[in-house]
Formats: sequence, C-alpha cells, structure tokens
Amino acid sequence: MAERGFLTIGRAPKRERPIPERVRDHSEVALPLAPDELREQASRCMDCGIPFCHQGCPLGNVIPEWNDLVQRGRLDEAAVVLASTNNFPEITGRVCPAPCEASCVVALDGDAVTIKEIERSIAEHAVGAGLTPRPAAITTGKRVAIVGSGPAGLACAQELARRGHAVTLLERDDRIGGLLRYGIPDFKLDRRVLDARLAQMAAEGVRFVTGAHVDGRAALDALLAAHDAVVLAIGARAPRDLAVPGRDLDGVHFAMDFLTPQNRRNAGEELEGITVTGERVIVIGGGDTGADCVGTSHRQGAAAVVQLEVMSLPATTRSRDNPWPAWPLVLRTSSSHDEGGTRDWAVLTKSLRGEAGRVTALDAIRVAFDAGGKMRELPGTELSIACDRVLLAMGFVGPEAALADALGLARDARGNIRTDAAGATSAPRVFAAGDAVRGQSLVVWAIADGRRVARGVHAALTASRGLREGASL
Amino acid sequence: MCGLGFVAEMSRRAHHGVVRDGIELLQRLAHRGAAGSDPDTGDGAGILVDIPDAVFRAALPFSLPPRGEYAAGMVFLSRDPDARAREERALEEATRHHGHEILGWRSVPVDASAIGALARSTQPVVRQVFIARRADGDWERALHRIRRRATEAARRSGGDGLYIASLSSRTIVYKGLLLPEQIDRFYVDLRDPTFASRFALVHSRFSTNTLPTWERAHPFRRLAHNGEINTLRGNQRWMSAREAALPRDAADVGDAAPIIAPGGSDSAALDDVIDFLLAGGRSLAHVMMMLVPEAWADHPEMAPARRAFYEYHAALVEPWDGPAALLFTDGDAIGAMLDRNGLRPLKYVVTRTGRVIAASELGVLDVDDAEVVTKGRVQPGTMLLVDLVRGRIVDDDAIKTEIATRKPYARWIAENKVDLAALPDVPAIYSLPRELRERMLAAFGATREDLRTILAPMAAKGEEPTGSMGNDAALAVLSDRPLPLFRYFKQQFAQVTNPPIDPIREELVMSLACAVGGEGSILDETPEQCRVLELPHPILTTRDLARLRGSPAPGVLARTLDALFPLEGDGAEALRAALDDLAQRAEDAVDEGARVIIVSDRAIDERRAAIPSLLAVSAVHHHLLRAGKRLRAGLIAESGEAREVHDVALLIGYGASAVNPYLALEMVGEMATSARWELGIEAPAAAKNYVQALKKGLLKVLSKMGISTISSYHGAQVFEAIGVGRDVIDRYFEGTASALFGIGLAEIADDARRRHALGFGGDAPSPDELDVGGAYAWRADGETHLWTPPTIAALQRAVRLDDPRSYAEYAARINDQRERPCTLRGLWDFVPHRSNIPLEDVEPAVSIVRRFATGAMSFGSISKEAHENLALAMNRIGGKSNSGEGGEDEARFVPERGAGSRRSAIKQVASARFGVTAHYLVNADEIQIKIAQGAKPGEGGQLPGHKVDVAIAKVRHATPGVTLISPPPHHDIYSIEDLAELIFDLRAVSAKARISVKLVAETGVGTIAAGVAKAGADAIVISGHDGGTGASPLSSIHHAGVPWEIGLAETQRTLVENGLRGRVRLQTDGQLKTGRDVAFAALLGAEEFGFATAPLVASGCIMMRKCHLNTCPVGVATQDPVLRARFKGQPEHVINYFFFVAEELRAIMARLGFATVDEMVGRPDHVAPRDGIAGRARLLDFGAVLAPATAAGPRHGTAHKPHGRARTVDDDVLFEVGGAIARGEPIARKVTLHNSDRAVGAGLAGEIARHHGSQGLPPDTVILHARGTAGQSFGAFAATGMALSLEGAANDYVGKGLSGGVLAIFPPRRARFSAEASAIVGNTVLYGATSGRAFFAGRAGERFAVRNSGATAVVEGLGDHGCEYMTGGVVVVLGATGRNFAAGMSGGVAYVLDDVDAAGGARGAFAARCNAALVDLEPLDLEDATKLRALIEEHVARTGSTQGSRLLASFAAAVGRFVKVTPREYKRAIGAARKLEVHVG
Repeated sequence: MAERGFLTIGRAPKRERPIPERVRDHSEVALPLAPDELREQASRCMDCGIPFCHQGCPLGNVIPEWNDLVQRGRLDEAAVVLASTNNFPEITGRVCPAPCEASCVVALDGDAVTIKEIERSIAEHAVGAGLTPRPAAITTGKRVAIVGSGPAGLACAQELARRGHAVTLLERDDRIGGLLRYGIPDFKLDRRVLDARLAQMAAEGVRFVTGAHVDGRAALDALLAAHDAVVLAIGARAPRDLAVPGRDLDGVHFAMDFLTPQNRRNAGEELEGITVTGERVIVIGGGDTGADCVGTSHRQGAAAVVQLEVMSLPATTRSRDNPWPAWPLVLRTSSSHDEGGTRDWAVLTKSLRGEAGRVTALDAIRVAFDAGGKMRELPGTELSIACDRVLLAMGFVGPEAALADALGLARDARGNIRTDAAGATSAPRVFAAGDAVRGQSLVVWAIADGRRVARGVHAALTASRGLREGASL
Repeated sequence: MCGLGFVAEMSRRAHHGVVRDGIELLQRLAHRGAAGSDPDTGDGAGILVDIPDAVFRAALPFSLPPRGEYAAGMVFLSRDPDARAREERALEEATRHHGHEILGWRSVPVDASAIGALARSTQPVVRQVFIARRADGDWERALHRIRRRATEAARRSGGDGLYIASLSSRTIVYKGLLLPEQIDRFYVDLRDPTFASRFALVHSRFSTNTLPTWERAHPFRRLAHNGEINTLRGNQRWMSAREAALPRDAADVGDAAPIIAPGGSDSAALDDVIDFLLAGGRSLAHVMMMLVPEAWADHPEMAPARRAFYEYHAALVEPWDGPAALLFTDGDAIGAMLDRNGLRPLKYVVTRTGRVIAASELGVLDVDDAEVVTKGRVQPGTMLLVDLVRGRIVDDDAIKTEIATRKPYARWIAENKVDLAALPDVPAIYSLPRELRERMLAAFGATREDLRTILAPMAAKGEEPTGSMGNDAALAVLSDRPLPLFRYFKQQFAQVTNPPIDPIREELVMSLACAVGGEGSILDETPEQCRVLELPHPILTTRDLARLRGSPAPGVLARTLDALFPLEGDGAEALRAALDDLAQRAEDAVDEGARVIIVSDRAIDERRAAIPSLLAVSAVHHHLLRAGKRLRAGLIAESGEAREVHDVALLIGYGASAVNPYLALEMVGEMATSARWELGIEAPAAAKNYVQALKKGLLKVLSKMGISTISSYHGAQVFEAIGVGRDVIDRYFEGTASALFGIGLAEIADDARRRHALGFGGDAPSPDELDVGGAYAWRADGETHLWTPPTIAALQRAVRLDDPRSYAEYAARINDQRERPCTLRGLWDFVPHRSNIPLEDVEPAVSIVRRFATGAMSFGSISKEAHENLALAMNRIGGKSNSGEGGEDEARFVPERGAGSRRSAIKQVASARFGVTAHYLVNADEIQIKIAQGAKPGEGGQLPGHKVDVAIAKVRHATPGVTLISPPPHHDIYSIEDLAELIFDLRAVSAKARISVKLVAETGVGTIAAGVAKAGADAIVISGHDGGTGASPLSSIHHAGVPWEIGLAETQRTLVENGLRGRVRLQTDGQLKTGRDVAFAALLGAEEFGFATAPLVASGCIMMRKCHLNTCPVGVATQDPVLRARFKGQPEHVINYFFFVAEELRAIMARLGFATVDEMVGRPDHVAPRDGIAGRARLLDFGAVLAPATAAGPRHGTAHKPHGRARTVDDDVLFEVGGAIARGEPIARKVTLHNSDRAVGAGLAGEIARHHGSQGLPPDTVILHARGTAGQSFGAFAATGMALSLEGAANDYVGKGLSGGVLAIFPPRRARFSAEASAIVGNTVLYGATSGRAFFAGRAGERFAVRNSGATAVVEGLGDHGCEYMTGGVVVVLGATGRNFAAGMSGGVAYVLDDVDAAGGARGAFAARCNAALVDLEPLDLEDATKLRALIEEHVARTGSTQGSRLLASFAAAVGRFVKVTPREYKRAIGAARKLEVHVG
C-alpha cells in the first residue's frame, strides 16, 4: 500500500467524451481511466483503520481491499473481492452517486479517491473477461418467485439462485431490467453490460419471464401456490405530480414517459413517443431524473432547456452542520448540465398556461426558506417562461397505489410495503425488497436491499447452517 | 522481593556474635521489606542457623544424643488443641514409620507482645520437635521423608495447620510474620548468648506474588530467595509429572510425593525441590546448578565440560527461571547465586578474620575498612560458595568444574541425543492440492485479513506486523463469528515483581532450544536420560516433520494421531467422545513405546471437522499427566489452525514441544509464488521468514513473562481464558484461570463445525472469498467494534458543534450493545442505590471532570499540536493530561498569558527515562511510574531514528536521527522493593507530587496492586488490555491482558480486604468512552478515570490506525509538518467531550440515587447482568467479578495528602542551610552515611530545580562530602551545581537520572584492598542520566550507564550489559567489562581499556564481550585521546585513583590499549549534524 499517495498524487479529473461529439448520440459519456492512471489513483487510498467509504457504501463494498489490489495491477482478484459485496458493479460503477467518495477519509482534507471510477474499471475488466457463471453447488429444491426485475429483484434473484434455490423472475414489461432497462439513459449506462449480466444469471439458473403482470391478490396467490416464497421488488414507480392549473395541458409529461421511449429507440425499437427536437423544454425537478431529462433533451436537439428546482441553490462546500462524513448537501453538476441549458433554484411553479390545449408558458414565483425549512413566496418575484414542453421530474412517491392495494399488504405511512428486518411482509411467505419497501432510492440501495432480503428468504427456506454466508460468489 | 543476606565464619567456630550480626544485617535491610495495613505486622522475617545445641541441652528436660545424631524440627501447629494433637501425632507416626524416635517436644519461648496485632491473630503454636536417629541410611533423607509424610498425613486428615519450618540434624529456621526488628524480641532464644552458629542466613520479606503468612516467611529449609520464579507453573506441573517416573523400588520414595507441597509460594516450591534433590543424593552446588543454570547455550567462552553438564541436565529438568538472588545452605556449605539475568543485587565482603558477609546491599554490617580483603558482587549465573566444613571459599569456576566433570556428560550426549539435522532426509515434502488448501484455509477459520495483515507481512519481512490505537473489537466470547479457540486465551505478562526481558538486546540469556521425548527418574543419572530429540527451536517445517515421522531412531519413534470429530450428532457429545478417544489413543501409543506423539488435524475432510488444535493438544497433555505417563513421550502439534505467534505460544504453553503450522507454511509459500501478493521473494525465503517471525514473536511472548527459555515456558500455561467454561477448563486446561467461565464443548464443537462448513460446505473458496475478518481494521460485515464511522462521526459532530443530541446519539451507539455485544460492561445494567434523586442534587460536572485524565501519549507518538491541545483542555477543566514517556519541553512548564497552561499535570516515568530530570519531576502534580501499558504489557518500544526530529530529540535529551529504544523493564525495578525505592527516590526530589503506578489488568493484578500500595504509591492505575494509542505488535494489542472490568474489580477487592484501599486512589482506563462506562468503573472501584482514544477522536482522530507509519492524515499521530498542519482539534472539543461524559454520568447517578461519585466507588453490588442476554454471553458468570469485598473498611482513597516519607540526610542539610540554596549561595557539608541512607542528594536536586530551573547553579555551589556506605540511589537526579563525593562505597542505582551534578566515589583511604578489583558501586548506575559527571574508583555491577543520554562517567570495571540502550554521553572504562556490552546502544561513546577481561585473561577479550549489533569498535584518534586523557586526569583528581594514575604515567602507551565504541547510527547522525553546521556556518 502506498502510504503517502494521498499527499503526492492529485485526484484525476473525470474523463468524458467531448460535448459536441457526445450530444449527437446516446452512447456513454464517461471514459475509463488509463491503466497507469488507474493504478496511481488507487494508490491514493489510505487503507484506513476505519474505512468510512466502506460504511458510506450501502453495499459495504470493501473498497480498501480492492484499491490495494488495483494499485498492484491485480484486477482479477479485485473483481472477486468486489463481487463479494456487489452483484452489479458494472452498473453501480456507472450510475451510483458514490456516497463512498463523500465519506472517503482523503476527502476530509482534499479530494476523495476516485472510488467510483476504480470500481467501474474493475467491473469493466470483469465484463471484458466474461462474467463466469457461478451456479450453486447444491440445489435446495425450494422455489422462489421474484416480481420485478429492477436492481433489487435482480440482486435478490442472483443471490438466491447461487444459494441453490430455483428462482423465477417475473417482469411485466417486455424486457428484463426495470429501471436499469428503461429508466436510466443509455449515455449513462450502456445496456451491453446489463445484457452480459442477465446472460450470466440465466446460466446460473434464473428463469426470466417477461410480460407477467402480478396485478392483484389472485395473481399473487397463484404464485404462492407454485413457489415456496415470493419476493415483491415492484419498485416505487408512482411519480410525484404537480398540482397546478394547466397540468392537463398537452406537452406536460412525467419524466419517465419521456425517457423510456428514448431508451427503447436506443435499443432499436421503432416507435412514436415524445420528442423535443427544436422545442423549448422546461424540466421541473433538480434531481438525477431531471438531469437525465436535460441530457436526453440535448440529444434530441431541443432549442432550449431550463431546469427548475424549488429548493434553494446549495452551497458549493459543506456547511458547518453538515460535516464529513455525512452526505454533503452541496451543488451537484452532472455531465448533462455541462452540455448546456440553464438551471434555476428556489422557483415554485404556480401554473401552466397554454394555447389550444397545448402548453406555452410556465408561471412561477421565487421562494425563500426560513431556518426551520419553511417555504415562503417572495412577493414581486413572479416570472414567466415560455415553453413547448414541460417534463415533471419531481421524484416518486411509492409503489403504484392500485397495485399495492390489490395485493392487500400492510403498508407504512408513506405507502411503502411494510416488512421486517428479513424482508417478510404481513403475508406469509411473501417478502418485499427495494424501492417498494424503502421508497425511491439509489440503485446501490436497491442491490443492497435485494441481497438483504435474499438472506432473509434463504434463512426462512433453509436452516442456513452448513451454507457459506456472506461469501456467496 | 526482599532483603536478604548471610554472615558466615570460615574459622568454623560457632558463636553467638554471628547470630547477632545476622539479625543486625536483617534490620539494616528493613527498608527492603514491607508491612501491610498493620504497621507492626511485617510481611515476614526469619533466620536460618546451626542447631543451637547448647541452648537445647540446657532447656530440655530430656537428654539429647551427640550433635548430628539427633534432629531438631521447627514446627508451626494449630492453636486448636485437638487439631494440634492430631498434627503432633502425624509427625510422631511418620517418625516411627521411618524407624526413628521422637525424644520430645519443646514449646518455643516467644513474646507475642513484640509483634503486630495482625500477626498475633494468625500466630501458630510454635514448638520444636527432637528426633533421635534410630535407623541406618541417609539421615537427612529420612528427615525429608518424615517431614513430607507427616505434612501430607495432616493435610489429608483435613487440616493445613501443620507446617514444619525445618527438620534437620544440622540447621534450624526461626521465622514468622515479623518485622526485622521483632525477630529476636519474639523468639527469645535468639538473644541467648549460648545460641551459637557458624553462620546466619536471614531474610526480610516484601510480598507481592502471594499474601503474607507465617509459613511463607523465609528462610525455608534450605533457601532464602529475593525475586520471583516466573516459570513456577510449568516447573510445578513437570515436577509433579516426574513423580510418576520415580523408581518404585525405593521403599521411602512414596513419601516424597508430592515433591512440592501445595499452597506454598514460588520460593517454597523451589525449596521443596532443592530439599528433595538433596535428599536424593546430589550435592547442594550440583542441585543449584541444574535447577538454576547460568545462560550456557550462547556462551562462547564456557568450558566444553561445563556446557555438557548443562546440556545433559536440560534434558532432565527445565530451568527455574526468574529474577532471583538465592542464598542456600545444607549446613555444610552456604552459598549465594543469581539467576542467569542477574536481576537481583547480591554483594559480599570478605574480611581478614575469615568472615564472609553477603547481602542485598553493601554496608549492612560495619566492618573496619582496613579489615576488608575483598569487596565484590555475585555475578549473573555465578555462585559464591563457602565450605563451612573446610573453612574456605570455593571459587565458582572450581566448584563448577568439579561438578561438571563428575560424569562423562559430553560423551553421554554424543551417544544418545538425536539431532534433527542428523535424521535421514525424506524424498519429497508433501504439498496440498490447491483446492484442498483453499478449503482448509476456510475450514481453519482464516480470514482475508489474516492473510493480508498477518501472514503476508510475516512472510515478507520476517517479523510480526505492527498496529496502532488499541483494540475495540468484541471479546471472542461475544463475537458472532466462529473464532478459533486460540482467541479465547490471553497471554499473561510480568509486572513489577518479575521484570520482562529484552529478547533482542539481551538475547544471550534466551533460548528456544527444546528437547522432545522421554526422561527417566530425576533422581538417576544415566546416559539414557539424554536420549531425546534436540530441536533448535519449536517450529517444525513440513519437511522436518516428515523426517521425524520416517526416522527409525529409538529416541524419536513417532506416532501420529488424528484430532478430528464427526459432523453428525450432538456437538458436545461428538467432541467429548473424540477427545476421550484421542487421549486414550495417545496413552496406548505411549504404552506401545512411542516417544513422540504427533497430534494432527491434517486429515480433515468433508466428513470430519478438526478438533481445535489447542484443545486436542492440551487434552492429550493433561490426560497423560493424569495417567503419570506424560514424561514418556513428547507432543508435537501438526496444526492447520495455528497461524499467529499467539497460536503457537498457546500450543507450547499447553504441552506441545514443537508445532508444525503446515497450512500457514503452505500459504506463505503460495503467497510468494503468486503474483497476487507481490511479496518480492521466493517461496523458500517466505517460509523461512515466516518461521523467523514466529521465533522472534515467541521470544517476545516468553520474555514478557520474564521467562528466558522455551523449555521453562513449555507446559507453563501462562495464559488466562476469557469466556471458557468451567468444565472445559477443569478437564482440558486444568489450572488455567477463567474469570467468567463461559462456553462449553457444545459451543466449541459448533464453532468448529461452522468453520468446517465454510471450507467444505460448498465450492472451494478462493483466498479472496474468505471471511473478511475485521479484527484489525473495521469492516461492515466483520467483527463488531465500538469505534465505527457512525460513532466517530457523531462524537466529532457533538464536540465541534457543542451538540448534546449528537453526543446522545454517540453514547447510545456505544452503550447499547443489545444487538451486538462487544464489552463486558455492555452486558451489564445498574441496580439502583435508592430511588432516583433530582439532577440538581448530584455533584456538579465541574467537580466530576477533575477526576478525568487523558492517557499517557508521548510527544513523539502524537504531534506537538495534539499533545498540547490535550494539556490545554485538561488544565482548563482541572483534570490531568499526561506527558507520556518522552519528557516535555520546559517552555510548557510556564503558563502563557491568555492561552492557559500547556504543562502536563502528570509526568510519566517510563522504562527509558527520556527527559526525566529533576526539573521535569518538580514540575509534576503527579509522577506516574509506567510499569506496563495496555497495548503491549511487558514489552518495550522503539522510536526509529527517522522519526527523531530536532524537537523530539530535545525533549528526550537525544540526538536527532538516532533510534530511541525503550527497554521492556525499568532497570531499577526488578522487584517490589525496587519499586518502593523508586517511589522513595521520586518523593525525595519532589515531595509534593502524587506518585502513581500504572499496571495492566490480568488475573493476579490485585495482589500486585497490594504490593504497590505497600511500596508507598499514592495512586494505582489499572489499565485494560484494549487500550493503547502508539504502535505495538498486533499480537500484543490483541492477545495480552484482560479487560479492566476484571482487573479493577479484583484490585478493589484485594485492597479492601487487606485494609489498603484507603491508602491509595484507583484509576482505570482502557477504551472508556461514555458516562455509562465511567459509572461502571466507579462501581467497580475506580475513583478516577483515564481516557485516551476518545479525547483523540474528539481532537480529530479518525482511527486510521496508522500511527506507526507517520502518515496520520489528521495531524494527530504524526511528526510530518505537512500533516501536522492538518490538525484541527481545539481544547474546546476535548472540554466539550468531557462535560458530555460528566453530564451523562450525572444523569445515571440521579437515576440510581447517588449524589456523589465517592458514594459510588467500589459498589459492585449495584451492577448486575442485564436482562435478556442472548447467545453465548448467557454462559458468562459474573459472580466472581461482581462479588463485593468480604471485609469492611474504606472503599475509596481516604488519605488525601500524599504519603510521607522518612527523613533523609538531605532534609537535615536543607534544614541546616535554610534558604541558602534558594538564594543560590554556596554550601558545603560533611555527612556520614549508612546503607539505610537512601537517595542522598535527590532532595537537594529537587530544591535546586524548583528554584533555579534546568540550568541549576554554578559548578560546586552545593558540595557534600560523605563517608561510609551509601544506601541505594546515591546522587539520584543530582542537579547542575551539585558536587557529591563519597569515601566508601555505594549500592545500586547511583546517579539515577543524574541531571547535571558531579559524583565521585572512591575507597576509604585506609582500605588495603585493590580498588580496581573491588565493587565500589552496585548495579544500574547512571540509569537514565541526562547530564553531569561521575567518577568511580572501583568496579560497578551490571548495566552501568544504562539508557544514559548525556552523562560522562569514568569507572574501573563493570559487569554485564554495560552502556545498554545508551543514547548519549561518554563512558570510560579503565578495567574489565562483562558480557553484552553496548547492547541497544544507539548513541554516545565509550572508551574501554581492553587489556584484561573479568577473569584476568588476555588483551582483546573485549570484542567477544561486546554486542556489536549497533556499534563499531575502533582505535582512538587524536581527538579521542585528548578527551580520554582529560577525563582520566579529572578522575584521578576527584578520586585519587591509582589505576588512573598508572595509566596516565604512560599514557601514550596506554592509549593503544583502549578501544572506542561508537554506535553506527550515532556516527552518521553526528556527521550529518557537523556537515550541517559547516554548511550553515
């Protein structure tokens, strides 16, 4: 372990394709680190006695260990260590906001280790070498159905299959992947890696069933009749709506209704769907989905893109009461923002105006927040923005209500499915995992949750003694 | 631990004067003994003399046979008349049984009013028995058998009231629970002028390893002992194993067993063995040589015959090892000897009239200087023997040569001993297939961390890995992981009474060589007894083992036994059956002639799990012991589970003679082969390095217990268990302490099966798929820790924002261990005192925080910024910060306006004495003597030269760039009376400072603490095993010592029960983090609380655990200016932390109904296990830990002012001169000194330092002319401006901590003995001296100028280990030196006259006696010669040295006979500094 790398080597700036080039296609923006640079960057890791990154990572990725291996050029072994905690590092290495880096000890007084880049490099190495299937050495004879093929469902399926259970993964859509397939833009996540992973899972015995909509109690009961356990990983797909006059005008859409068709087109499908070529676009919501809308709009050739956020402009550095290693509440800029458009903060949408039933402008007012976080409109700051399209990217409120109601499961105050620590719901043999349980969250949390519930299901199905825990790969 | 001595007449004339002088000698050593809570009850005193024939003939109503034909016994009997009658009958029966006759009894006249009340309360009936010789045969042997038979019979009939202090036809012992001055007032016989003897052997006791009783007073029948036998447990066990091998034909031999009477002290046990062997026919000198051999293994100058004697006897008996000054007699000869280390002082004087006086100190009897023929000291491993029959002193070499040539030992060895290297080679060594190796790694519980953190560094560097910041991981029994059984055992270590050894710098006394195989009867002396397999060290490679297996040699016939058990069925039953079967197979194998039993887990497969190898080995060992067959075969562990040093040490400690860690060896080979690990070496080198690391580590483990040889460590069981159940201990680890009991075979089997499943339950896991571990560095899925990202983040947020809610979150995460238990206190709850009281009624936080101290962390281990930050914070709140070892910049002693004081209230005195000057000491509110530290009890340390920058060098009085070594022991504390002396010395310098002594928790620490209290400490710190901030070997951080809860509770109880608690204050530390922790510490007995890690975390530490690498990224534990600039801690952060803790404590106090902390102290009845403890913790039994003291009395320290001390010579001088020193006026005084005048000069030094700071006074301002024999520590800490001269001689520790003063000691002008051949000063002279000059016209003892960092000294000869650990200064030796000169010497210069060796041999001997590891020997250049000449001239001027004058007379010729000794690193550093000067200039 280089002991002083953090003092002598700077953090490498992120590598991306040039903007003029990348906005003309939907291919990945980020570029990998060169091999030498990768090793050098890994040598910035301090191998902490208490690696805060390792806690910062919801998966508990053993970051110091693979950093050590990477700086010594041992990518094969690094991939093994990485895979011991993370089923899909090729995905988190691309789309994770990297809470690990926020809590990296080097970031206490400098720039964090490029943990995400390193993770991605290791994962790419593994994908490049071919993801070897690791089928279970034994079969338990137990059958598990998993509903929903997003990251939680996939992780849960892989873990259970590797523990020797017969796993069927059901997806109501036409292809496997959930948000990974149709939610995240291709310029952030190349679908090639998802397909490679699905091939590995299939070889490990996971049975994929698409077009299978578990839409109510009867369907659930049917599954229960044929399986020993059912895991619901149905996500939190209900988007937060905007309750203002003019919401029902044409040209006002939920973000997913805009993003998903583009992803399908990228996959070669020919279909209609919303496009914003030559249009003035307003994106409401300052989060990752909003940024995805901004980037996709650029790629479709929008004339102008404005992104509005109701919260105030965050500071660029941590405040005193938001100290390391907590998640820093600071301004984040994605590659999509670098590509153009404008951002505005503390803007509250009051109404949408239109002509001939189609949106033409957005009326808003500036707001301020007091110390307690209470919002106040600032009189005299009313503004209007002309537009052709409004995309609502204000987050998700929970599982789709109709589905959750139909399944008849106990839910918490926020409408999420209620489970115990092992993932069991109020119904016998029914488990739930991922956003459906925790609400909208990160891919990395979904994977962690899928793994957690897999352990719960496994424990419920078998006396776990005699099987290796924790080291499932 | 005591004072001892003898007076003997070579005239062969018995007279009463000898007895009187013996008693006077005893009384003159009174300061070396001790009294307990009753000041009139001593720890014990006694005298061993010729049978006073005249007294008995006059006193007895019956007539006695001629002298020699009757025996007199000194007998202690029960006070209950019935019991006494039974005891007397037992003795009468035993006498009859052996064919002799009791003539009658005499009630010994005693005056009970002369002794203390406590002594009176346990006073036995003391009677003498007289036995007439009525049968043929060996008379003394018969008396031995009578004594043993009677004692055993009395014991079996249910009493332990019968104690026979002596029973002999020649000698008798008078002893008891007495102070020296009481002995002849209690035993009126001793005042009878007709009470005559040719010799008197006396002893005054200072008890620390056992509580004082009448029986435990010395002398015993043959022996008086000052010191401690560290190897006792192994010696006892092996001795009892030997009983089975005694010849059955001898009719009386049955009465010999048990050879060692139960319940005695270590000294009593050794006496029993000596007595037994003497009765067996060996001579006294022979017995002493075989039991306490000198360090012969690595002694190039030893005669071959003598070496063969020792080698032969090493196959018979393991050394009784430990610091020991032994006096012994059989009535025909009286002798004195030291252990191989020479750790106790023993001096002697021979007079012209033929009198020999030997004692711990010189000057114990007044002898006319003109009468002295020889004034000398007994040297390590040598013997002073007076033949009382022929009336002469027998030379050490002569007696040893005589004994060594009695039998052809060398030929016997050559013909019988089997050398491993001589066994036939085997064609191939086995190698495991990869898959099996990987399965085994997992199945034997290896983690990724084990490979990465432990094995890889061992293989790459050949040494154990280092870590930092203590251990906050869960105890093994609380872990949720199937940890190896090894983890449940903790190493014990020596503190205070038995110093640890430095296995690196004093390697010459250490030995790992071991003999495997059978022994015959210890009473025999036959060639076959050395038919054993000789191993150079106990680590066998796989090839070694294969050769052994295949050998046809009769001495090494090997049998391998699989130690496995099935996966099916009830775990406990399956394991028990397997262990029974294993033990039986071992016994069968022995019966069938196997000489070596290999206990192996190599055959592990998918159907059978491995029995933990420690359990398997120990089970076989104990079974064979019980069967009386243990000595017939050696045990070897072939273990896939053993990886670390600790594992191997445990296997040896529980009976294995050697260990083959085959899996670890394979793995390091694989690591070297695979590019994965980048070890940069080939496989054979990796294996060699790994073995080397194990060997070094073993030496360290041995030496921390003060044990020198592996044969004494073998089977000694110097471990204690935490969380292992009673049944398992009693059956398989008999004799091991297990404070809490805990897991049984069911849990052990369950763990073994869980581990097995990890390897064999599925696919073979690659090394990167092993369990993550997490013991050394925190891991999310790893071992439970208390310091985690959330706790650190919450604490730092709390103290920086002064945010109680964040603190509450932190405290809740630490305190609530219901989900994942980690500490013992985490399993506890409070029992309310009374109903809750309002918070306002509880003692305020401002008063509570005064009880808080920060830990001893040196400037050097942590940065200046971090160090001063803690001091500022603690001074502001009235708590105490601790300087740590390593001095303190005197600029910090003066508060700065506005900023507050950066002065550490506690100044530490640690083994290296860095920067411990008079000025440093007078600037302390508390002086803390660090005996041990939690992270590495029993070990020294090292600050590598590259970390010694200018600032650190300045406060440590060292040279920048020169490595600084902290020795494992304090070289002036080898025993408890030494500690008392050091306390006395420190008090003499600084009367107002409180003196505390820091110990580490282990079983038995309570008894040690009682000794420390008796030694006069004001406060005692009990540190938990888990603390520690600096760099330490990982195995020491994790495997030595026990939690403070156990040690503190025991200490509190012992002190209360001995009426000593009121004398001292108790502090505890070791991972204290919250107010709840403090509350439990108070309830268990602490009234003050130490914190180290937590205030560092409050200052910004994030537990990088990189302190040892100087890369601390937050500027706490680094000296790198770039990193130090990152330090962001502020005093307020630390202050906020302590107030949060205090407030949390107050809330608990309010809830429990305690208004003050004092009320809480020592109330374990308010602690109970909490409800709903789950898992294995349920099995723990806290009864013993939480038991309240069984005696009333103070529960907390009541003596608020520091202990006083006796008036000294300095006090008188200071009184006479009034304020002259304060005013800086010159004074000169003449004084006469006796050996009881100790630390002369220290008081004056303190006065100078207080008034004139470190610069002191102009030369010769304070002059003291002394005559006589000075007591210990003459001239200690003497400051600049002082000049002390002494005409006479001085004892040990002269010029300790010399701080600029000048000392001159020379023989009396009337003396006729040759100065340069005589002892003028004792051992450990100029220890830790920082500046000043010293001139000694005569020879010094062992460890002259040890750790000297700046003093200049001239001496005319010295003993072993001269200039050890020296870092600066100049030493001139004008005579012969002992062995191991310059060991660990990293700085300074020595000029040594190389034309005589100690034995008067030829020139050039010095090179062989010098430890050249760090130093070069070279001729003097002109500059050296000029310097040397000036020093010899000053020496002659100050002492009148004839040796000096002779050399000066022909100086030009003399220069060529000198050798210059310079440390290489020092030469480089000085060169660099000079270059820099030239450059700058």
